[in-house]
Amino acid sequence: MGDAEIIPIGTRGKPGRGTGDEKPSSNSRSLAAKAPARRPAARQPSPAVSEPGPDDVRVPAQQVQPKQARKTAPAALPQTGSTTADDHDTSLPDRAPVTADHRHPAPGIPPLEWLAALTSASKELFGDNWEPRLAHFLAFLRRRLTGDYTVDDYGFDQEITERFMLAALRPIAQKWFRVEVRGAENIPATGGALVVSNHSGTVPVDGLMTAVSIRDHTGRFLRPLGADLVFRLPFVGDLARKGGATLASNDDAERMLRGGELVGVWPEGFKGIGKPFSERYKLQRFGRGGFVSAAIRTGVPIIPTSVVGAEEIYPLVGNIPSLARLLGLPYLPITPLFPLLGPLGLIPLPSKWLIEFGEPIRTDEYDVGAADDPMLVFNVTDQVRESIQQTLYALLMKRSSVFS
Amino acid sequence: MGQVVLVTGVAGDLGRRFAAQLSKSPVVDRVIGIDTVPPRGDLGRADFVRADIRNPVIAKVIVRERVDTVVHTSVAATPAASGGRTSMKELNVIGTMQLLAACQQAPDVRKLVLKSSAAVYGASNRDPAMFTEGMNAKRLATSGFAKDITEVESYTRGFGRRRPDVAVTTLRIANVIGPRITSAMTGYFRLPVIPTVLGFNPRLQFLHEQDALDVLEHATVTDVTGTFNVAGDGILTLAQAVRRLGRPSLPLPGFAVPTFGSAIRQTRRADFSPEQVAFLTFGRGLDTTRMRSMLGFEPSFTTAEAFADFASSVTPGIFGPERVLATESALVGALTSGRGSRG
Repeated sequence: MGDAEIIPIGTRGKPGRGTGDEKPSSNSRSLAAKAPARRPAARQPSPAVSEPGPDDVRVPAQQVQPKQARKTAPAALPQTGSTTADDHDTSLPDRAPVTADHRHPAPGIPPLEWLAALTSASKELFGDNWEPRLAHFLAFLRRRLTGDYTVDDYGFDQEITERFMLAALRPIAQKWFRVEVRGAENIPATGGALVVSNHSGTVPVDGLMTAVSIRDHTGRFLRPLGADLVFRLPFVGDLARKGGATLASNDDAERMLRGGELVGVWPEGFKGIGKPFSERYKLQRFGRGGFVSAAIRTGVPIIPTSVVGAEEIYPLVGNIPSLARLLGLPYLPITPLFPLLGPLGLIPLPSKWLIEFGEPIRTDEYDVGAADDPMLVFNVTDQVRESIQQTLYALLMKRSSVFS
Repeated sequence: MGQVVLVTGVAGDLGRRFAAQLSKSPVVDRVIGIDTVPPRGDLGRADFVRADIRNPVIAKVIVRERVDTVVHTSVAATPAASGGRTSMKELNVIGTMQLLAACQQAPDVRKLVLKSSAAVYGASNRDPAMFTEGMNAKRLATSGFAKDITEVESYTRGFGRRRPDVAVTTLRIANVIGPRITSAMTGYFRLPVIPTVLGFNPRLQFLHEQDALDVLEHATVTDVTGTFNVAGDGILTLAQAVRRLGRPSLPLPGFAVPTFGSAIRQTRRADFSPEQVAFLTFGRGLDTTRMRSMLGFEPSFTTAEAFADFASSVTPGIFGPERVLATESALVGALTSGRGSRG
């Protein structure tokens, strides 16, 4: 093929560099196609080797130029994309074969497709009535971004608590622990009240579940009182304050109760959540009874609350006190799954939960000085403690097994 | 006859403006402002006497001018103004002692107003949500302004015991903020990128600069004695405040903050003393019930309004409210029109 096109250099179409040799030079051989080069080269050199040689050199010479032109031209253009109308307007003028554009799709997505995707996504997310809902959501986002929201004196952020924290905890309460609530009518619909509960489960999940249950059954927010350790920890302290918690001190408790809030307190504290699994459902000492004097001073009812199920979520079988001291923590738990399974061991066991809000214990009948009468305070503390303990035993009898 | 008022610390911005405002009050005959350096602005009808409160000369001024009311506003919060921590402590503590000693000798003095600070309560994780006047700091300050102001207050209480005929009013003022004032807090919020402590979101309370002047005047001309918290209503968290400014924040892990803080202090643009860092970690809230019921003062700005007034003097950052609002409406507009065109 193409004999006429071969430009003879020196030897009139013979291979090599014009030395007159029968065999092509090593350079020529390396340019030629590899496979047929060796064997036939000895006998019949000219058709097998000579033609591919120059041909291969020339054919690329034809193609290289358009290829380079194609490559540089789209790079100079803004890479808008491969399928839009833009291509027709701005593609290279009269180069017919430039279909190879499809091999290099531009990284961006054209704005119209973004819009279409967003529209369908918001339809998916917010349903048919998506337009006002999306506007609502965007407004929410804008308010958060510009700090245009309010927190109360304790740092309680109702919006975040309602939309994120409670929304995230609700499925855990309903599906994972299958929380069953009894006696929600004992929680007053308005005014200050003090929810006093047992504490267990290594991690204070019981407080969160109680808060979700109260919100769902009475529509009120539980305002938990937390240990000072909570407010020393980064992120934890911030979340606690956003969720409505404040420091467990008489000052804060009385301030909240006077403000008509529903305050939650776990008088066992770390003694309760950090107790070994073998002591489950045995109430620990109820602090110094500070919660009782706070309730008496403000005249609010005490609602004894018993939580069954939290003891089994992380059965605490061991403790590393030395390491805990080093980290400044009250205890460092070992459960059957933690740290054995690593992060998987952090998943709580799906025990069945029962939460019972007991008959309120009234404190408004005592006179103001009663809060400073230690004997009376101890008596009321014991009354609350005994009431919770008896309810715990009764609930344990009702629960058929730990996980059902 | 009206009052003759001596105001200390008139070289400072707040002290100077207070002296100027007080000189216009109808119940005040004469205002004498003193400081070690002349004020850099208008003193109104007030007279300026160049004197050092660390020097016994101050006693002669009080007696000669027949001063009956002393307003002590010169306790400095940052070392930058007085040129180093050593001289700041000397001015704050020794100056107060000398001033009180002079007042004790002066038979005409009937009233003493101390501009104190909410910093006396410190900031820690064991703090109650709101401090009332009867509470003390949960962790005693060991250095810095918080220690100075605690000592100044205790000397003032001692003076009150020794001169029971003198009405002593102590105002524990929250962080003063506003478009014109410069303080550690405004310097902090004027930083282009605002460093915060990672994982903490302190609750802040502010008092507008005009309210700060008004409460000082109110305490000077009324006969109320005692200690009062003064702050605007409500709470802003640091994250809220930063977002309202539209500035980016730079959360630093707690252990890195002291190093970073001392580097920032070198630039003199903001104060990152240990107590300031504690404040930016744990925050503080003041109960202002007594301010309303006993002092009879009502701030005209809430915390949020005071901060908004300050923010209006600061160029909004890249996440400024207008920009976010524009983005939102653009997004809503694009989406709704996109649906409209597609039917």
